[in-house]
Amino acid sequence: MVIKLSSEEMYQDIILEYYKNPVNFGHLSAPTVKAEDSNPLCGDEIEIELLVEHNKIVDVKFYGKGCAISQASASMLTEKIKGMDIEEAAKLDRKDILEMLGIEMSPVRSKCALLSLKVMKLCAYQYMGKKMDENI
Amino acid sequence: MILMDVEKIKNDFPILKRKISGKQVVYLDNGATSQKPVHVIEAMKRYYENHNANIHRSVHALAEEATKIYESARENVANFINAEKEEVIFTKNATEAINLVMYSWGLQLNKGDEIITTIMDHHSNIVPWQFLEKKGVKVSFIDITDDGMLKMDELGGKISSKTKLVAVTQASNVLGTINNVKEISKLAHDHGALCLVDGAQSVPKMQVDFKKINCDFLAFTGHKMLGPMGIGILAAKHEVLEKMNPFLYGGDMIKKVTVSGSTWNDLPWKFEAGTANVEGAVGLSAAVDYLKKIGMDSVRSHDKQITKYALQKLSEIDDVAIYGPSDPEKRTGAVSFNIIKNNNMLIHPHDLASLLNDKGIAIRSGNHCTQPLHDRLGVPSTSRASFYIYNTKEEVDILAEAINHAKKVFKLE
Repeated sequence: MVIKLSSEEMYQDIILEYYKNPVNFGHLSAPTVKAEDSNPLCGDEIEIELLVEHNKIVDVKFYGKGCAISQASASMLTEKIKGMDIEEAAKLDRKDILEMLGIEMSPVRSKCALLSLKVMKLCAYQYMGKKMDENI
Repeated sequence: MILMDVEKIKNDFPILKRKISGKQVVYLDNGATSQKPVHVIEAMKRYYENHNANIHRSVHALAEEATKIYESARENVANFINAEKEEVIFTKNATEAINLVMYSWGLQLNKGDEIITTIMDHHSNIVPWQFLEKKGVKVSFIDITDDGMLKMDELGGKISSKTKLVAVTQASNVLGTINNVKEISKLAHDHGALCLVDGAQSVPKMQVDFKKINCDFLAFTGHKMLGPMGIGILAAKHEVLEKMNPFLYGGDMIKKVTVSGSTWNDLPWKFEAGTANVEGAVGLSAAVDYLKKIGMDSVRSHDKQITKYALQKLSEIDDVAIYGPSDPEKRTGAVSFNIIKNNNMLIHPHDLASLLNDKGIAIRSGNHCTQPLHDRLGVPSTSRASFYIYNTKEEVDILAEAINHAKKVFKLE
């Protein structure tokens, strides 16, 4: 469920915890695919690396810098997709991310939250050998 | 010291009565755009209700009135910056004014020619010149000192007979730094180069005298000085404009059109093709009147006082790094800062801006269209509080308190 909160509430507990102690932060020694992108508005940068075996995401790391929303969202996403079928991961959309974060945010801040989704999908489409033409 | 009645001024701005997140808005994003007094809003409304017509064309009464209003707005703006009225060209904004110079003057440059700009300049005074690199024009940058002042000795070393233009901001939109554009202009002329001054941040905040600076081009915009969006100004020396090609081609910029060719209109209309933004000129003229009534000395004096107070209040907060000169005499009230420790951003500017919004405070976060400057400062982004005539010391207190609160939310103290 997505709840409308003030910014202050948005930053409590879970987001701050993932921002300060990000899970899956770093690099893989031999990724199958990797991708990166940035948000020119705030300078958020996210890199995602996937290790894929038999169409399944067996390991994932992210690296980047930026605001708490972008970094926490990336970290939570890596947890969510670990063990997932690559085609299933490729189908995740903005609704899934906002539900994962459990918060509603302005269109501008949504860009921070959705940057990692875009990068992860770039990885997945690259693996599947398909062109990603949708706008997240 | 000249004191202005800030509370009375504030009362002239309807939007400042608005509530954001249940609190009265504290608008500290004036470097991005200023708010508009009721005088400007009413002047534009009056124009549409009484005088609207297309200018320089028809002979009916409304068209004559609209033309007169538009041209007297030009005269008012010209007087405000001490330029001749045929030297004042209306554009869409400051960016378009600089692009006009690039297209109408810059395109005739040749391989080996050089343009000097600075690391503190806005993208609008960098990217147009980089376009000329395709023609073999070299663009170089003057660095800043650690306290955000332009390295004038470096400029002295880089400038040569190859230099054709020195393009520099009069006041940095991030550091607040005020550059000595009169001296820079002289240095450019001594080497046979022209000088373009970006006055987008300075014209709203201090007395800017085009003739005294003696630069060749001065670009600025209406919306940062209480006027509407969509109207900018390029002031340029008569003799320089005479030699330049038109910018946009079409109606109103011509003298005579035949199937075998066309000739160009006189200055400044040669550079104003198509239907003009009369409403914008009317609003800008009303904004100029409003600023003149307060007096630019008072505007500058208030800016210095509030900047001094903000620098002091922000520096009292642990782990706040402020960029730019610490002396209010050397800067304007664009105060950029980060909450940072050992080069580690403790609160990202976007997170801070979101948290300040909870308190009704509007600040800017990001790179403020100055990526080369942020690379130089070694940070991807900054938070910026930028002040104007309606801001009070109490609002600086609210800002400081909200920053302290944001640190608590991020469990930093």
